[in-house]
This record gives sequence, structure tokens and C-alpha cells, in this order.
Amino acid sequence: MREVYGRRDFAIIGELVEAGTRVLDLGCGEGELLAWLKEHKNVDGRGVELTGARVQKAIARGVSCYQGDLESAVEDYPSRAFDYVILSQTLQEVRDPLRVLRGMLRVGRRAIVAFPNFGHYSVRFSMLRSGCAPKTDLFPYDWWDSPNIHFFTVLDFEALAQKEHWRVERRIFVNGHRKITLLPNLLAEIAVFLVAAAG
Amino acid sequence: MAAVHWEYPVMVTAQMVTESATVTFDKLELDCGSTLAPVEVAYETYGALNAERNNAILVLHAFSGDAHAAGEGGWWGNMIGPGKAFDTDRYFVICSNVLGGCRGTTGPGSMNPETGCPWAMSFPTITISDMVRLQKQLIDHLEIPRLLSVSGGSMGGMQALEWAVSYPEQVASAIPIATTARHSAQQIAFNEVGRQAIMADPDWCDGNYYGGKPPANGLALARMIGHITYMSDQSMREKFGRRLRTPDQFEVESYLKYRGYKFVDRFDANSYLYITNAMDDFDLTTRGALPTLFESSRTRFLLISFSSDWLYPSYQVLEIVSALRSRNADVAYCNLEARYGHDSFLVEVGEQTELVRGFLNNTFKEELRRGNEGTRSVRA
Repeated sequence: MREVYGRRDFAIIGELVEAGTRVLDLGCGEGELLAWLKEHKNVDGRGVELTGARVQKAIARGVSCYQGDLESAVEDYPSRAFDYVILSQTLQEVRDPLRVLRGMLRVGRRAIVAFPNFGHYSVRFSMLRSGCAPKTDLFPYDWWDSPNIHFFTVLDFEALAQKEHWRVERRIFVNGHRKITLLPNLLAEIAVFLVAAAG
Repeated sequence: MAAVHWEYPVMVTAQMVTESATVTFDKLELDCGSTLAPVEVAYETYGALNAERNNAILVLHAFSGDAHAAGEGGWWGNMIGPGKAFDTDRYFVICSNVLGGCRGTTGPGSMNPETGCPWAMSFPTITISDMVRLQKQLIDHLEIPRLLSVSGGSMGGMQALEWAVSYPEQVASAIPIATTARHSAQQIAFNEVGRQAIMADPDWCDGNYYGGKPPANGLALARMIGHITYMSDQSMREKFGRRLRTPDQFEVESYLKYRGYKFVDRFDANSYLYITNAMDDFDLTTRGALPTLFESSRTRFLLISFSSDWLYPSYQVLEIVSALRSRNADVAYCNLEARYGHDSFLVEVGEQTELVRGFLNNTFKEELRRGNEGTRSVRA
């Protein structure tokens, strides 16, 4: 899921990350984003990735990547160790999303969460029309082999943020290769939130 | 933005500059309270030290290794050389024989200047930090203010950790591989069986065998046990299976005997006792909880473990990694899939090479940035 928009993800996240900051990328894959942020934003980056082959590529790229499970890994860092903690296209795959988000906002001053929007019209139509679990460009898997175990929309995330008293500082909605502002819950394929803990 | 961009130099070098030397220092004060005076260190270097003296890497050998790390027959010859993980076209690589060893550095087989006889078992007790303090003297002697990296596997990894804890300002990075902050009961147990094998050999004579017949059977047996622990079930099945060497000898039996007795030619039994004791005694946690030891460390770390290494299992490396992460140190960690057990860091080096190369490349970039002015001309 991670690379739906390839380098465009980087540009969007790059827009949110201030230069010279400390960044943790959870589920960093082969470290492309961190290497990009290092190169363009001079960040001090760390990555967490479970798959050994990806960790190898990340380290070979010069990224300080730790091989481990991101859900437990986020618990180990000291509080406020990072300026940003990034979770890109992975929230829908973790077992306990709220625990991960709370962890992110403990170890980081801000969290950047990018996720595919289950409220997108293509998802709604797919299900209405077929009566089966939706299969779209965004959610291309059959239900029995999908890594996605949580399905949520832009509105769902907003509601959670409100319930948890997080401050949403930026919202970026993307459809195709365009940023959109109108009807994001219906039209956005990918949502990117920059959130801070209250207080 | 990066002020300095490193261009990877395209250099084809058939040969690397290699030097082999022995240096004598006035004295070395030991953890046990004794002082060794004088003390000799055998070392080799590969590649060239740059004008800024910031491209030096100290490579640390494992239990039975020596200063001959690279080139023909070098114990890490597949990792050190032109274009290899420790690229001698870019870096100046140093390796010395450890204190207590028998390959040119002062050890129990050396002459005690007070008696004119070999030290044997009167040699003082040594520790991993004594070994590292002696290496520090060598690095000072070579006038290297700060090492780009310290790296080694197994006991070499312990020394790398010791360097990072004892001299955090002098090491830009550390690459401890297949190692631990303290031996487990299982590791101590295997070492003790090796020691008992040596001491049970009648030729050992309480260590006073110099000039006579060494305890060959005991030392060979100790080595055979060691070899079993360095391999994995899978690698032994693949290498030997149940194949017969002769009608009444398995291939694996023949191999172990061959390696065991070959070891006698190049290793001193008393060194075996002293060095394995130093490994067993090593315990970083006696100096404080691991996270506090790395509290103010600015050293970058790359730690590697191997899936089939049952002698130094990955949990031991992870203990160190967790401590570093809890202090938000700059640490990379990978558990490499490997078949060869503990020996993987010596023999299965393809993926290890990629990790070390990328990590060193980035460390060197950071170091050049740190050095800032006057570093643009580094070995272009």
C-alpha cells in the first residue's frame, strides 16, 4: 500500500516536515522516505521495519533502521524523542491503531498519518453495486488476503481526533495526482493528517 | 542542507597497501591491579590514512583470530580490501592481536622480564577492557584522534562495545556483530568445557609446557567443541550429512579432528584459558544498566545478528539495541537470515557487506560534515 503515490507521498510529507528535525518513520520499508528527507530536509531520521529484506535495503541506503514490529517498537522510545513520527499507509494494517497513535504522540511532538480513505466514492459504489467486500484501485485485495484489517474514513479519523483531544494542524487530501479540498470524505483517495497531542 | 557531498571514487586497485608491525609500550595497567611492563602489540594496517586522519577503522578479532585480518589468509579477507565492505580504497583499516593472545601481542606465552621465563599461569588476569585499553594505546601511537568505526564479531563485538562505552568521543561509529553485553550460562558452559579439556591433558603441566610438549590433545578437543558451537545444525547437515570419510569414520569426525589438531599449531593453550576467561567475565551491566552506559553516546551503531546463530542468539544483540533505542541513540539493527550459525559473520558475508558498506558510507559523510572545513579534498 505504501507506494501508491510513490514519490508524491514524499513531497506531501516533505511539505509537513520542517528542516533539521528528528523524524521516526514507522514501517519505513526500504528507507526511501527517510533517505529523501535526509537529502532534502536534513532530518535526523530513524526507521522501524519488520521485513528483513527491506531493513537490509534501508541500512544499505544509510538509513538507521531497526528491524522490529512497529506496534511494540513505538513503546520503546523515550517520550518526546522525535519532532515527527510518520505512519504512512500502514494504520489500516496494525492490530491496535489507537495504541499505535497514542504511542506516536507520546514519542513524537507531532504525528503524520497517511491512510487510504475508505469513504471514497469508488469504495462505496463498489460495495453498493456488487454487494461484496469492495475491491478498488485503493483497496485492491480480495477479502481473504488483504493486509488491511481496519476500514475507516476521513470522518472516522476526524471523530477519533476529537474524542482523543488531538489537535489537527494540517489536513491534506489527495485524489489521483491532485490535492483536493472539496468533499474530502467522498473524493479523497489518500488523507494525510498532521496531528499534535492536546496541551 | 549537506555542505559536503561525497562522490564515491571509482578506483580499481589490484593491490592494497599492507603493513605489519609490532610496537612496544612502556606499560599497561590492568583491571586486576597489576601492571604489565613492557607490553608488545602486533598489528597490521590496510589502505592509507588520509591527511585529516578521519578514515581509520579498527577491526577487532574474535577469540582465536589475530592481527592478520585481510589479504591472503586473513580472517576477514572477504570483508576488508579494495571495493569490499571495509573498502581499503577509502578507509585505513587497523587490526591488532589482543592482549593475552599468542600471535605477537604479549600473552601468557611471552617472557616475564623479571624471571626470564614464560609467564605461563603467572600471567595476570586480563579483561576485555584491558584489551581495549591496549588498543587505545596503539591508536594514540598511530596519532589517530578519532576512529571512523570499531567493528568485530563475537569477542570482537564485545571489544567494539567496550570501545563505545569507554571512549565514546573517540569512536564515530561501532559495528558489533553476533555478540553480547555479557555471556550467558550456556556460553560460559561451553568455554568451561574447553578449559577443562586443556587442563585435564597431562601435557598441560599446570601451564608450564613451554619448551616441551604442548597439551595438544586437550587443546584440540577444546577447539573441536568450539567448532560445533560455531556451526548450525543446517550447515553441518549440508556440509557433512552422514557421509563417511573412511569405512569407520564419519566426515564430520574427520573434519573436527583435522581442525582441532591444526589449531594446536597456531594457538597457545594458556592463551585459550586467559582469553576465554576474559570473555566470560565481560559484563557491561556491572558498570550500570545498559541504557545509562549509552546515556550521552553520540556514536552511531550498526548491530547485526544471524538467524541460525545459537551460540550468540539474537536476543543478546537485541538487549543492546533496546538499550540504545531507549536513549534514542542512532542505531540500525538487522537479524540476517543465515545458514552458517555463529560463523556466519566470517563466511556468509554478502548481505553483511551491503549493510556495513551503506552504514560506513553514511558515517563517513557525517564525519566529513562534522569535520567541516578543510575536508573537501579528502582523497578525491
